Amino acid sequence: MKIAIASGKGGTGKTTVAVNLALALGNAQLLDCDVEEPNCNLFLGFDLEKQEDVTITVPEVDSEKCSLCGKCAEFCQYNAIAKLSSSIMLFPKLCHGCGGCVLVCPENAITEEKRSIGIIEKGTDEHFNIELLQGTLNIGEPMASPVIRQLQAHIDESTVAIVDSPPGTACPVIASVAEMDYCVLVTEPTPFGLNDLALMVDLVRQLDVQFGVVINRHGIGDARVEDYCRAERIPILMKIPNDREIAVLYSKGIPFVEQMPLWKENFRELYRYICKFISYQGGF
Amino acid sequence: MVKQLTVISGKGGTGKTTITSSFAALAENAVIADCDVDAADMHLILHPDIFETNDFYGLKVASINKNMCVDCGKCATSCRFEAINRYNLIDVYKCEGCAVCEYVCPVNAISMVERKSGEYYCSHTRFGTLVHAKLGIGEEASGKLVSEVRRRASELAAEDGSDMILIDGPPGTGCAVIAAITGTDLVLVVTEPTISGIHDLERVIGVTRHFRIPVAVCINKCDINMSLSQKIYDHCKINGISVMGMLPYDRSPVAAMVEGKSVVEYSDNSLSSMIRSLWFEVSARLLK
Repeated sequence: MKIAIASGKGGTGKTTVAVNLALALGNAQLLDCDVEEPNCNLFLGFDLEKQEDVTITVPEVDSEKCSLCGKCAEFCQYNAIAKLSSSIMLFPKLCHGCGGCVLVCPENAITEEKRSIGIIEKGTDEHFNIELLQGTLNIGEPMASPVIRQLQAHIDESTVAIVDSPPGTACPVIASVAEMDYCVLVTEPTPFGLNDLALMVDLVRQLDVQFGVVINRHGIGDARVEDYCRAERIPILMKIPNDREIAVLYSKGIPFVEQMPLWKENFRELYRYICKFISYQGGF
Repeated sequence: MVKQLTVISGKGGTGKTTITSSFAALAENAVIADCDVDAADMHLILHPDIFETNDFYGLKVASINKNMCVDCGKCATSCRFEAINRYNLIDVYKCEGCAVCEYVCPVNAISMVERKSGEYYCSHTRFGTLVHAKLGIGEEASGKLVSEVRRRASELAAEDGSDMILIDGPPGTGCAVIAAITGTDLVLVVTEPTISGIHDLERVIGVTRHFRIPVAVCINKCDINMSLSQKIYDHCKINGISVMGMLPYDRSPVAAMVEGKSVVEYSDNSLSSMIRSLWFEVSARLLK
């Protein structure tokens, strides 16, 4: 069972929902796919061990063999190669690693080497039997999706995997959400929350992933998010109140299910609902 | 010389757009650019009246002509992005437009086609010209669209004789953020005193350092955890980063948002006057 926690808008409470859900369930994998700003472990404090580098292949040009024909630069769709008057200049950060330059080079002057753009780390908690897998994009690197894809290769299909997604609706979100069984969309009841929720709903519908909504900070804004969900027949899975105690625990990095046992049960109920929903759909 | 200010946060939801929309209200001669292109919200406060719509073409996408295809499978095995399956179907979400399949196809059955990946707009608002965008759902190249928005904003600023471009940036540290901050005169990072806020602040300051862009910080909702606010303040001071504002938690930003207004228009409360002084400091630093 693979569940993504996502939201168009940032700061709505994705990480809060992901971490608390994992702790409430136990026996789960938690994947922090917000690789630009991974935060799950701030709430868990696991000792993380590096598993591997995330690498993409980038070209290297042998200037002895290169005839400066410029075919590689012409072919590259990402402007990662430029032909200068006496050399070839590479811009590794623009390279997507497609290997096209190697194919088109008539002199066989281009080889590929691996370049690290991020890392994958793992931490475990024996007590709750939770495995955290965290991806981190290196500072200054633009491409998050390869880190997310490599992180998701660690999903253990026999267990519950909870995926904390990045904000937005662009390619890193697709990489996080596309292969999931269910997607929990976290929003807040404000005009910004509603606007960005509607974008996410379009996205998960296009990807054909089943979904429901969690309203966080319930009570701060207006009723338009609930009206929207009702009109669109989207299930509201949970409402987390705009509660000072929850906000203070959050600021300190304490998952609130640890201090508020009732919420542990609420998150388990949310999970049971998702399971029932998916089995009803005949999917799981 | 037109000055450019980008407001970012690393972590989402710290109050970027709340602060930028108030800056837009206070700035006298600025072009505003909403560069959070995959979840743009500025229009909900600025109520733009669009006068120009442009199509945005991101990366091209491969298209296979089934009638010509001989099912040799070379395209699928050459694709590094697993975007072509065994039925020679292209997954447009996975295709990164590299054109390797087009190159290896022995019967020229594959062509790379333009794909509209979004739109960007120029609008009149009560605070001046706004350039904003809508990235197609799940599209690549959000960095490229950010660059387009900024390019158009610069052109309009030059035409209008504006002295400033005010950029609302996206969350994160990746391509869209890099595109939103490169070449700006000042980055203002809006953070909050939570451990996530601090963690993300440090990473995003790392990005500004990496690209050697001047940076200042504003601590929003500073009173939800004063000791962490102090910690951020001290950390900034040690690293030579100026903390230009410490704004208290207040209900007025949400109330203003519900009414579609900026905070400084909505209320004359203390938060509103603190945002005014923040703007005074930021604009003084920018225009000096």
